[in-house]
Amino acid sequence: MSAPHTDLFGVLARYDSPASLIAAARSMREAGYRRFECYSPFPVHGLPEAIGFRSSRLPTLVLLGGIVGCVVGYGFQYWVSAIAYPLNIGGRPLNSWPSFVPVMFEMTVLVAALAAVLGMLALNGLPRPHHPLFGVESFARATRDGFFLCVLADDPQFDKDAVREILVAHEAGEVIDVPQ
Amino acid sequence: MSSHSAELPTSENPGDATVGDRISSIVLSRGTPLWWFAGFGLSFLLVMLLLASVGYLFARGIGIWGNNIPVGWGFAIVNFVWWVGIGHAGTLISAVLLLCRQHWRTSINRFAEAMTLFAVACAGLFPLIHLGRPHYFYFMIPYPATTGMWPQFRSPLMWDFFAIGTYALVSLLFWYVGLIPDLASMRDRSRKRFVQVVYGFFAMGWRGSARHWRRYEQAYLLLGGLATPLVVSVHSVVSLDFAVGIIPGWHTTVFPPYFVAGAVFSGFAMVLTLAIPLRSLFRLRDYVTDDHLDNMAKVMLTAGLIVAYGYVMEIFMAWYSGDEFEWAMILNRMFGEYRAWYAALWICNIFVPQLLWFRAVRRSPAVLFVLALVINVGMWLERFIIVIVSLHHDFLPSSWGSFTPTFWDWATFAGTIGLFLALLFLFVRLLPMISIFEMQEQLDREANHA
Repeated sequence: MSAPHTDLFGVLARYDSPASLIAAARSMREAGYRRFECYSPFPVHGLPEAIGFRSSRLPTLVLLGGIVGCVVGYGFQYWVSAIAYPLNIGGRPLNSWPSFVPVMFEMTVLVAALAAVLGMLALNGLPRPHHPLFGVESFARATRDGFFLCVLADDPQFDKDAVREILVAHEAGEVIDVPQ
Repeated sequence: MSSHSAELPTSENPGDATVGDRISSIVLSRGTPLWWFAGFGLSFLLVMLLLASVGYLFARGIGIWGNNIPVGWGFAIVNFVWWVGIGHAGTLISAVLLLCRQHWRTSINRFAEAMTLFAVACAGLFPLIHLGRPHYFYFMIPYPATTGMWPQFRSPLMWDFFAIGTYALVSLLFWYVGLIPDLASMRDRSRKRFVQVVYGFFAMGWRGSARHWRRYEQAYLLLGGLATPLVVSVHSVVSLDFAVGIIPGWHTTVFPPYFVAGAVFSGFAMVLTLAIPLRSLFRLRDYVTDDHLDNMAKVMLTAGLIVAYGYVMEIFMAWYSGDEFEWAMILNRMFGEYRAWYAALWICNIFVPQLLWFRAVRRSPAVLFVLALVINVGMWLERFIIVIVSLHHDFLPSSWGSFTPTFWDWATFAGTIGLFLALLFLFVRLLPMISIFEMQEQLDREANHA
């Protein structure tokens, strides 16, 4: 943590194409920076790899959600039909498991889908009403036609001038200091 | 598909406007066209008709409908099945075509998903108002009641409750997750503070971070995978409401696949019914191209042939089983009180759709629009035949009866069509009807492959 930059969130650069953003991200990573982030209007193929990001936790969460939904779906129907409120329907067994399959299936899909959406939002730290980057006027282009790279000031080797140099080397459209 | 964008410039947009600018400008800057007020106003009148019908229904009970004994399931269930079926095309387009990497879905998935949501909303209304005491509908929900009662999970009606509930929720999640990056884009494009706050609230602080995109794409693909079995399961479970019963015309194993094919058939017909006027009115012919219509028509033809197979199999099995009640049911459909409806069903669903074999028909929007309307009617007739004609003529002649729809039956049905259209009019006015980020991604991909 470098003390002089406590009022600075990071340095932001805008590029005009996905290709220059990927190139800039690669150089930034080669230069040893780890605390930086890229922003684009649409998912750019190869960008997560360029910033060294691999996410594998979400699929696990969804699998767990599906298993929980399935097990709870069966367990709950068994408890209701055989223990809590046994009803004799045409003399059929109380634990008529084939009849429980549709609801088990629906519960599996429902809990897994909820895990996918809520898990994605939670891992992404959303909803997040405010973010220092929203204070930058031209950052509105990040959802339109701008491809941004932001090096955070809390990167252990953060040095404003060195960072600017790398950002500009890849023909950044503009380079902006982002306040906290 | 978007290779056509070069050939089809539009009069009011300069050539250098980006795809995102064009799609968002419909909502943000072009203003509300006159036809929108006319269309929304007409739909809203029908919503008022729905309100009046349901109000009168709550005051007087379901005696105001044509329902009777033996036809206990009247229009309410016909309309329920019809509306649920329509929803299936949205899920098929957004989930199945996503997994199959059919990139042409990008132009149509957003409003097809919206159509699914609104169709399911209309569908969900009918079983509720069909209850004699609709204020007790929550008895279906398994919750620890002070009465100590629990629902009966061996009944197809409970399966249906869970199937429709899951379908509605997963469709909503899929649609909303797909909207998040576009809502952020709308937030950043709008000039008015109030508009920014509203879109910003629902965008949840999305800023297009590469890490977020990675997890987002994973979540979206997984949702697609999870929604795909729903395309098959929802209407299968609906069909079990019938197939588990012993009424001739219901008690058949062909029902689940035949219902699913029918659902896709009617759903694509509805997508075409909506897409053809929308693309003209909003001048989006270069995004929703004739190729898109052609593809949808092919899916519709395929589903229609499976439906035709189902109709033929019903007749064959009734004859081959040697069951006199099954055969009597078929003869009653063909020559009984409702023979005209059955003939109309064959014309609308089997004979007329054969025109889709012709490329000229598939590529003519006007003809396709009329065909889609005919199929919508045909699929409604199919549900009428299954529900009403099967019930009115079961085993014992002493329990036979007749069903005549009343004014309120038609008024309620027309009212839900109004509700569906009113919601769609609001949707196209307030949200980007084509996915902005997916279009940008696709154009970028094509530019790189070119």
